[in-house]
Amino acid sequence: MEGLKEIQKLEGHTDRVWSLAWNPLSGLDGAPLKLASCSGDKTVRIWEHKPSNSWECQAVLDDPHTRTVRSCAWSPSGKLLATASFDGTTAIFQDVGDDYECVSTLEGHENEVKSVSWNASGSLLATCGRDKTVWIWEVLPGNEFECVAVLQGHTQDVKMVQWHPTMELLFSCSYDNTVKIWADDGEDDNWVCVQTLAQSNSGHSSTVWALSFNATGDKMVTCSDDLTLKIWGTDNGKMLSSDGFAPWSHLCTVAGYHDRTIFSVHWSRDNIIATGAADDAIRFFVENNECDTLVDGPSYNLLLKKEKAHDMDINSVQWSPGENRLLASAADDGTIKIWELTSVSC
Amino acid sequence: MTLGLINANPVVHAKKERVARTEDLHSDVDAAVDPLEIYDFVRDIRDPEHPYSLEQLSVLSEESITVDDKLGRILITFTPTIQHCSMATVIGLCLRVKLKQCFPPHYKVDIKVSPGSHADEESVNKQLNDKERVAAALENPNLRQLVDECLYSSEL
Repeated sequence: MEGLKEIQKLEGHTDRVWSLAWNPLSGLDGAPLKLASCSGDKTVRIWEHKPSNSWECQAVLDDPHTRTVRSCAWSPSGKLLATASFDGTTAIFQDVGDDYECVSTLEGHENEVKSVSWNASGSLLATCGRDKTVWIWEVLPGNEFECVAVLQGHTQDVKMVQWHPTMELLFSCSYDNTVKIWADDGEDDNWVCVQTLAQSNSGHSSTVWALSFNATGDKMVTCSDDLTLKIWGTDNGKMLSSDGFAPWSHLCTVAGYHDRTIFSVHWSRDNIIATGAADDAIRFFVENNECDTLVDGPSYNLLLKKEKAHDMDINSVQWSPGENRLLASAADDGTIKIWELTSVSC
Repeated sequence: MTLGLINANPVVHAKKERVARTEDLHSDVDAAVDPLEIYDFVRDIRDPEHPYSLEQLSVLSEESITVDDKLGRILITFTPTIQHCSMATVIGLCLRVKLKQCFPPHYKVDIKVSPGSHADEESVNKQLNDKERVAAALENPNLRQLVDECLYSSEL
């Protein structure tokens, strides 16, 4: 039997918590687990798992944002934290040992910035927002950032950006119900949209809130206000061998399990998909290995549903980087919870 | 921004007689929520453009509110005074702010324009129910001020 055990509840934020990000070094080589959270209270909090086995708030970053901090992301090195805010800016914090220092502020978006993501090598940063654009920034020495592209194409508010885990491809999802894929066409920083996953190609029928890749990067899951999850796939082998872009195609729609907006989805390294939704529940899905995948395509089953995981809407669910099946969730009630998924037989 | 009012000549109705309600609505959080209680909280919200309440302009009526206690959901449908009303999103914001002040936070609130009452019905409904858009709008000082005027002018 599988169960979701609540390890600890982290309190401190005074408004809803929108987003969470595990430091990528968490749990590796004895490094303590570290989590960043950002909130409507305009602050970012850093939480650390102590040797005493409890979680404590290490830092409260209350500069420089003047409005909601909507999203945060650690650089692959674990040393920088980027935060995106409704105040239109993206701040970059550096871990300086005991504290975090704001070393740069990226301006340019016309209004709320909603998401920020680092590429796999940490050389590029992407942001997106209500101004319908996606910006790509190059990371230069001395904590300098230079905008190298402003991508237009979405017809509405862009909710999230996420770099592919291995290839230099940027994915964005939007209030316009589509997911767009952007690539550098080989010329000097000429980023173009290479594919749009829209309703006409089995895409979502309402706002797409989030997306997440599996560990190998050949599959992706998207979640939406249309109450479904959609699984997409590509041919990785083809991507690596040829010099062209291998398109993504719809593999499966997971419907009938959520009855309110799904705000967050995250694909674990051992292939469990976690979702956080506006009905206060956390759900886990796994691929059905018993059906004939070659004929019918993959299908996904509900592994576990945790009702009332929080008292209000869940905005973010994130698996920790280690081997431990720890999940963090953040909600409108201002709390964060750390969970452990136990005794799962897959 | 247009210079003139969106709807310069709204139809104004007399205020309906009110039933006195008991105080202390938060005393029993588990008690069923009465749609008429909710209506009492929102009926006097002032229209963003005219010195009349949403009730007087028939934007809201008792039938506007439906409650599903089992699921913990509240649905409010309102009728803008004209088909191309650009104040619909402001009215929606006012309703959300007012309800948040009055009701246990675990109730989910959905706000829609009544079917057929607005030219961009789907688009307005989508905006009104996008939690992130609502949160960002309420951080905009100008919009916040307008909402506050609609909520508090009736108390002056």
